[in-house]
Amino acid sequence: MNVRGRSAIGLCAALLFVMLTGLLPAKALTPDEILPDPVLEQRARELSAKLRCMVCQNQSIDDSDAPLAKDLRILVRERLVDGDSDADVLNYIVSRYGEFVLLEPRFAWHTALLWATIPLALVLGGYLAYRSMGARRREAEEGDHQFELTAAEQERLERLLDAQGGDDTYHPGKPGD
Amino acid sequence: MIAELGHFALILAFVMALVQSVLPMLGAVKRDARLMAIARPVSIHMFLMVGLSFAALTYSYLVSDFSVANVVQNSFSQKPLIYKISGVWGNHEGSVLLWVLILVFFGALVGAFGSNLPAPLRAATLAVQAWVVSGFLLFILATSNPFERQLPAPIEGNGLNPILQDIGLAIHPPLLYIGYVGFSITFSFAVAALILGRLDAAWARWVRPWTLLAWVFLTLGISMGSYWAYYELGWGGWWFWDPVENASLMPWLSGTALLHSALVMEKRDALKVWTVLLAIITFSLSMLGTFLVRSGVLTSVHAFATDPQRGVFILVLLCLFIGGSLSLFAWRAPLLKQGGIFAPISREGALVFNNLFLTAATASVFVGTLYPLALDAFDGTKISVGAPFFNLTFGPLMVPLLLVIPFGQSMAWKRGDLLAVAQRLYAAMALALVLALVMLWSWGADNILAALGVGLAVWVMAGSVSELWSRGKFSSVGPLKGIRRIVGLPGSAWGTAVAHFGVGVTVLGIVSATAFQTEVVLTMKPGQSVDVGSYQVTFDGLSPATGPNYIEDIGRFTVRKAGVVAGTMTPSKRVYEASRMPTTEAGIMTSGVSQLYLALGEIHQDGSLDIRAYFKPLVLLIWLGCVVMAIGGGLSIMDRRLRVGAPTPSRRRQTSSSGTAGTSTSGAGTSTGAGS
Repeated sequence: MNVRGRSAIGLCAALLFVMLTGLLPAKALTPDEILPDPVLEQRARELSAKLRCMVCQNQSIDDSDAPLAKDLRILVRERLVDGDSDADVLNYIVSRYGEFVLLEPRFAWHTALLWATIPLALVLGGYLAYRSMGARRREAEEGDHQFELTAAEQERLERLLDAQGGDDTYHPGKPGD
Repeated sequence: MIAELGHFALILAFVMALVQSVLPMLGAVKRDARLMAIARPVSIHMFLMVGLSFAALTYSYLVSDFSVANVVQNSFSQKPLIYKISGVWGNHEGSVLLWVLILVFFGALVGAFGSNLPAPLRAATLAVQAWVVSGFLLFILATSNPFERQLPAPIEGNGLNPILQDIGLAIHPPLLYIGYVGFSITFSFAVAALILGRLDAAWARWVRPWTLLAWVFLTLGISMGSYWAYYELGWGGWWFWDPVENASLMPWLSGTALLHSALVMEKRDALKVWTVLLAIITFSLSMLGTFLVRSGVLTSVHAFATDPQRGVFILVLLCLFIGGSLSLFAWRAPLLKQGGIFAPISREGALVFNNLFLTAATASVFVGTLYPLALDAFDGTKISVGAPFFNLTFGPLMVPLLLVIPFGQSMAWKRGDLLAVAQRLYAAMALALVLALVMLWSWGADNILAALGVGLAVWVMAGSVSELWSRGKFSSVGPLKGIRRIVGLPGSAWGTAVAHFGVGVTVLGIVSATAFQTEVVLTMKPGQSVDVGSYQVTFDGLSPATGPNYIEDIGRFTVRKAGVVAGTMTPSKRVYEASRMPTTEAGIMTSGVSQLYLALGEIHQDGSLDIRAYFKPLVLLIWLGCVVMAIGGGLSIMDRRLRVGAPTPSRRRQTSSSGTAGTSTSGAGTSTGAGS
């Protein structure tokens, strides 16, 4: 049986963004478990990647060789064959094994901080950067008038800069300036 | 006897570290040249003592001295020589000793080559470094003594975890540790600067090369570890978002941010306070990583609680160093003067953007790794945070970062012109778009994200090439002079372009190996064939074999491409004698930068065999890209302007501002004493 790893759904939104993961590979899946229906099998694979092998360290049941993981893989497939939706399957497994089994925690009060950290970090960081840049510019405008160039100096400076074409170029003759 | 010598040398080093912690710092604060002069010789002798201790432990391993408990637990007389050596750091005690060895090595480097630093800064830096050294030496001596004897000595050792018997292990931890611990120098610099209350030009000049050095090794160490997991664990994956991996990724991310902010500080005298904070955060994350891996807290919060001695010890050290340095920062940072004003659209602006997203990415890894532990410790609720979470949070943060790279490196300092930059990047943009469209057309709309990913990777690569090209100014100076211009560009310009090109290469490898991989899982009988990608793989049979310290079943496979034999593959399943632990050795066939990957599963009674086979197009680019990044970092370190270092400019600035700055900041190597 041939499971095509490049099937599209499996990549889902994560794919482009998956910068550092081996998302898809089936590792511990054994041939006898594979469902004859490729669509169901693909769904089973995606669900398996989201479920934790309870007796392993940080492995999904899709990755694990443990017997318990195999039981769970078979359970997932049984539910799918019975016509459960993906959400039904996850709910069922969570009801039996607890929330610990989900590798992607659900959004709830006790996980709010986990999910909110990144947007908060971005917004707060962006705000702080913006504010400190703004404050320093104002400070500079108020305080540094004595350093301002005269129109003639400004023009000369621009001519020099144009001649150099970017100040990052290295000029061996004039170290440190 | 040798083991006792090693132990004694370690105690001596600890005593020296205590002296080093106090006297040079006093000297730096009181401007006492004699006290400051202690720092240099002590830093070098400390390195010699820890080096002696490490050599003693290595010797015990080489001669299989089974009266040393550490050797008994981790070695085996029949083990090949290379693994006897690498076994020294393949365990808790040895790896912490290696950690400290690198720590004192960096201290000795500053002692030996820091003559162009202002004397107070050098003395204070070495003192801060010695605080860390004392803490970790005390940790070794009190809880993790590698020289403990086991009497009566057993005849044979227990062997090394078979997964760790690999050339990857010989190289990976030292690289990683040099990276981790290399950040200690920037940390010590930052804390010393905070204590002395000033960030002068010498500081700004010194931070970047040290950060670069650590970053290069960390990059190599992480990619090496990733490749090792890929071929050794036999799952075909190469990054698992395992907490241990995350522990090394966090300092890498913040170290990358530090690298970029240090650039702004060096060139434009801006982002000083932020750079100091990042330097503290980066090494704190290195220490945190050490704590996570070494305390056992990852296995389970409760395993940590039942055998708490080591864990609590590192936790206390961690709180002391991280808490202390952050408090110091909060207290002293307002003293530091900010400089350099810039418009949002400028090189500085792009680097701020870079820092924002890299810091957010660090936060995402940090929170994903630690949140489950914190929640469990808080109210016993158990949740898991695994790959799906990181894919969803970390991934999207990388996309804007990659999009901005080509703009950032082409932008002018202070005030940039977005339109002009876009015009310079016109060709790169077109190339990326065309390739994305071609991918889309040939692979179908289902693979739109993969096509966009390829476009993004090409955009980053082509942007780097285009940046170098435009520096040549071919249209105005002609081809010959243009090439001369490009070759003559400073190392940092080459370093930037090469490192960013490497980023693009890695992204291309990731997208391709993830999106376009073919995977086959099936049971094969001898003689049976299966198609994997464009290859036909035939299972010829299974044969047993005996290695130096293991027995194995080798599967023999013939690989054909279009009917022509392309090679044979021999993946195997091993059982190591000392531990009876089974492992799988994947069979890997490389063609270009793509790989065919075979791993054996269960062997059935009737001679048939479960196999997992993958064809991973361009997969090698993932790690090659990292090597290219590291080369870029190396080029940047070689930049003449960095090697020349601080003296010239800081001396000049000195003369212009000597009235207020005082003589203590003399950056020149000529004046080692300060004060009067």
